[in-house]
Amino acid sequence: MTSAIGDPNLTAIAFFGLFIVLSLGITVWASRRTRTADHFYAAGRNVTAFQNGLALAGDYMSAASFLGIAGLVAVSGFDGLIYSIGFLVGWPIVMFLIAEPLRNLGRYTFADVVAMRLRQTPIRIAAAIGGLAVIAFYLIAQMVGAGNLIRLLFGLPYEVAVVIVGVVMLAYVLFGGMIATTWVQIVKAVLLLAGATILAGLVLARFNFNPLALFAQASATYGAGVLAPGRQVTDPIDAISLGLALMLGTAGLPHILMRFYTVPDAKTARTSVGYATAFIGFFYLLTFILGFGAMVIVGREAITKVDAGGNMAAPLLAEVVGGTPFLGFIAAVAFATILAVVAGLTLSGAATLSHDLWVNVIRGAHASEREQFVVARGATIVLAIVSIVLGITFKGQNVAYMVGLAFAIAASANFPALVLSIFWKRLTTAGAQVSMITGTVSTLALIYLSPTIQLDILKHAEAWFPLRNPGIVTIPLSFMVAIGVSLLRPVPSEERRFVELERRLHLGLE
Amino acid sequence: MSDPNLTAVSAARWRMAVLLTTAMMVVYFGFILLVAFNKPLLGTPLVEGLSIGMLLGVLVIIAAWVLTWIYVRWANTHYDASLRGLRS
Repeated sequence: MTSAIGDPNLTAIAFFGLFIVLSLGITVWASRRTRTADHFYAAGRNVTAFQNGLALAGDYMSAASFLGIAGLVAVSGFDGLIYSIGFLVGWPIVMFLIAEPLRNLGRYTFADVVAMRLRQTPIRIAAAIGGLAVIAFYLIAQMVGAGNLIRLLFGLPYEVAVVIVGVVMLAYVLFGGMIATTWVQIVKAVLLLAGATILAGLVLARFNFNPLALFAQASATYGAGVLAPGRQVTDPIDAISLGLALMLGTAGLPHILMRFYTVPDAKTARTSVGYATAFIGFFYLLTFILGFGAMVIVGREAITKVDAGGNMAAPLLAEVVGGTPFLGFIAAVAFATILAVVAGLTLSGAATLSHDLWVNVIRGAHASEREQFVVARGATIVLAIVSIVLGITFKGQNVAYMVGLAFAIAASANFPALVLSIFWKRLTTAGAQVSMITGTVSTLALIYLSPTIQLDILKHAEAWFPLRNPGIVTIPLSFMVAIGVSLLRPVPSEERRFVELERRLHLGLE
Repeated sequence: MSDPNLTAVSAARWRMAVLLTTAMMVVYFGFILLVAFNKPLLGTPLVEGLSIGMLLGVLVIIAAWVLTWIYVRWANTHYDASLRGLRS
């Protein structure tokens, strides 16, 4: 079939223009309400549970999930679903272990919680290393994805697309802070959920609204193997390792954790995770329909001809079932999705640089409201430039593993220290610090030594480390060094402060 | 000094957190282990168009919803009531 993908698409440009106008309108409105650091980082802490639930879903459902997973299912069937499921199961963990304590104990970043009863400077620096590493890899994945996607969808040059994403995102964060970012996430989440639902509805309409008829057709055309685990899962240990990183990494992503500070109290944080889990689960269930729908209706060959990775499966499907205007709508939604995720990442990076490093390490927590504001905005500009440069530098790289890398670092560097600081009274400054640094360094080293870098990218004959996903080694290692170092050199004064932490954890600031 | 009432509330909250986290991990890693070690079982068709693997995959997502819902129900009734007791 001939596809309009890659040609400048009038509907896509119109819808995208509409989204830009709407989101910049929100930014102007938000900028008038952004007067203090609390507004800039935490949207004044008056976001409702339903709004934050949508915004969390917006922050989390990246273009990688929408285009990448739909494409993976379309090309390899069942194997793609393993990702859909892995990306959801971290949310109950966020709910049970993290959301409410985080809201009660911190102000702007997850390092606030780890540092609360420990020594500020070493904890903030170690947390910033882990946090910024996660943000950097996640940003690269989004920017490179954005460049490729926009080139394919709109026919714009790669570099132009990267610069547009960087500049528009900078406008949101710089002027509108967390208020604008939250509303951009909400608009994007509604658009993405609506777009995916309509698309799935159009697919199911061809199968009498019976998903089993769709799956049966897929199995009749491409063999029963598409409904069973296949080639993607070759090594069992690697599958478990990936599963661990996806599950625990969600609870260590700085831009997700930061969203819990935007609600008024812990109970609202709890309810918002409930909404987020419902929306995200629903979205990933839709990827079953979209992926198999693209496989059957568009056909595998047509999908891989446009993009070898299968990333254009959902847009191609939209074109076949809804025509060029619907393709335009879905393309604009995908663009909006990337913009929103990049904005959330940049804001959390700015909070780490200004709140953790500048205010708490360099200025010893003595910085005026005005100074905090100026530094936060300066950090935002720096991060926007860095993300554009990274996007252009990493052009042409396979980015799928970078999202995996971001989750692996989040699970190994941030999650163990965060969870132990909440649960375990014996955790010491040295224990938390060593754990966060070990988590970051060991993950980076093992990824470098893995088959993904050694065989696929550097074309070496063999890899020193057998697994593509290091989580099964680095997550337990990070927990063990935290516990080992804390037990070897106990610090009674830090342990005594746990009583105060525990009270605030449950009751908040009284 | 630590308040014995708070310690009791805290212990109940963590029991629930650990119990539900363990349940989620058992469900999810049970599924992953089947994917890793018993591919033929997951490929077995139940009815036309539905393999055991697809059904279990959907059930893992539903389990995540149900466990989250159980926690919210528990926290809204028991945990919040205990916190009100501690505050007064």
